[in-house]
Amino acid sequence: MSKSERPTRLFRNLNAKVASIPMILTALVVFVGGTAWTVLYSFTNSKLLPRMSFVGLDQYYRLWATPRWLISIENLLIYGVISLVFSLVIGFLLAALLDQKIRFEDVFRTVFLYPFALSFIVTGLVWQWLLNPDFGVQRVVRDLGWTSFAFDPLYNSSIVIYGISIAALWQGTGLVMCLMLAGLRGIDEDIWKAARVDGIPTWKTYLFVIIPMMRPVFITTLVIIAAGIVKVYDLVVAQTSGGPGIASEVPAKYVYDYMFFAQNLGQGFAASTMMLLSVVIVIVPWAYLEFGGRKRG
Amino acid sequence: MVDLVASLPDARALRSAASGPSGPKPRHALSRRNIFLYGTLILVAVYYLLPLYVMVVTSLKGMPEIRLGHIFSPPLEITFEPWVKAWSSACTGLNCDGLSRGFWNSVRITVPSVILSIAIASVNGYALANWRFKGADTFFVILIVGAFIPYQVMIYPIVIILREIGLYGSLTGLVIVHSIFGMPILTLLFRNYFSSMPEELFRAARVDGAGFWGIYLRIMLPMSLPIFVVAVILQVTGIWNDFLFGVVYTRPDTYPMTVQLNNIVNSVQGVKEYNVNMAATILTGLVPLVVYFVSGKLFVRGIAAGAVKG
Repeated sequence: MSKSERPTRLFRNLNAKVASIPMILTALVVFVGGTAWTVLYSFTNSKLLPRMSFVGLDQYYRLWATPRWLISIENLLIYGVISLVFSLVIGFLLAALLDQKIRFEDVFRTVFLYPFALSFIVTGLVWQWLLNPDFGVQRVVRDLGWTSFAFDPLYNSSIVIYGISIAALWQGTGLVMCLMLAGLRGIDEDIWKAARVDGIPTWKTYLFVIIPMMRPVFITTLVIIAAGIVKVYDLVVAQTSGGPGIASEVPAKYVYDYMFFAQNLGQGFAASTMMLLSVVIVIVPWAYLEFGGRKRG
Repeated sequence: MVDLVASLPDARALRSAASGPSGPKPRHALSRRNIFLYGTLILVAVYYLLPLYVMVVTSLKGMPEIRLGHIFSPPLEITFEPWVKAWSSACTGLNCDGLSRGFWNSVRITVPSVILSIAIASVNGYALANWRFKGADTFFVILIVGAFIPYQVMIYPIVIILREIGLYGSLTGLVIVHSIFGMPILTLLFRNYFSSMPEELFRAARVDGAGFWGIYLRIMLPMSLPIFVVAVILQVTGIWNDFLFGVVYTRPDTYPMTVQLNNIVNSVQGVKEYNVNMAATILTGLVPLVVYFVSGKLFVRGIAAGAVKG
């Protein structure tokens, strides 16, 4: 961008290069090197310590034969679909409501976004308490007279992942709303005027004009949510510790437990490589759509 | 879901300007549209506030009252004992000195991490915006792509690196880890900000003989305080709320507050003291909440800057 100093550029830029050493080290050693290292060692039978004895795809066969991993993947899929669909829909609806020239917009926005400032640990623990069957929502409804009412998602292995999703949505929809609101505010007012002149109903304008126009916002939001979904870990640890049994395990927790508790590094590396693969599957098409054909920089 | 929007009858009030609401107010305060609109918003707001309310209410009750099971009712008798216990005598394993230990650990982690990560990233952004060298963009792209790699892929190699340089398990090691993983987003933030500053400013300083560090310290730094504030907000909340790095790279006596909180609440020994647990939970959430409520729009700007690619 600024090529103001051509003659002394090489010498002057020495400072910039020295200053960029932390960035270069992070990019090359940690991001590229670390990732390559983990992928490489996922083909070894490392146990307590990393060992360079290759066993081909053994770790991956073992991984996909482990019930706990299969449950983790299933949970991640359910959690992912729920997170994506509901946070996009609710986030957009809230943003659309806030965009109606209402009073106290700042107050509402502050309220919807505050959970996002809290950690997943705090979020998980609050919802663990609210969903406690003995003292929480279930008890309150039963005390009101509906004695057969059952709502104990955290203690029921078939629906526990939905209980976790409730907490995640509470924490994360505010962010989506904020992004969507920024997108709605970026729409030219003339579009609305034109739609009104043509007598198009509001909901149709939203559905067929505004949302297609907000495609970049939706895609960015989608990528952000998706990247967060794969990383989900603290929330599960706080809310259920993976229980009841192994019903709410997720891949990130599998990786951590195998690396630091089960002393089975190879499994941990293979599982984390699978996580990386799932991100690549999401990111590459997006990067291709976003930057494909366009020059970088 | 669509009929929520469809049932808003007054299309005229939808004239949403690019810069937010600025047109005339709707005339009838109690129109059907307004009742629906504000009714929905208030209902949703109550839902979002409920967990915070329940946390506070529970933390102020005694255990006998909690066992009655009225989770939503305000305390009959307010007691601050759970707060005192959570802060100074709740047990994790063998340590019974409460969350205060975790709090001070988190302070000792967050403060240097915020300073170091912002120092590194702002210089990175400055170099990328004003002093591009060959290959700089390649490293930047790697950095941004790296932000999407799950942390689980990189935690073990970092364990090895930290062990080799003797920092595994120390707070310094964790500070370095936070600086590394904060780098992509912050570098992006600063690069975009510095790129948007007028080029003439930079040229004039160069003509006057200022060098790399001179321009950074005397021109860029003082002129970009808002973006530094945004970065501080982003980092304080992010690092305070971290759990994974804390649990991987520190030892039990240096655990940050989030890890200690989880250990206190989810410990399997002893009787569950829900009021103490909720007091501890609020205490842990207090720092980011205060940052959030004090910073207001800057927080929003931070997440927007972090989210929207430049």
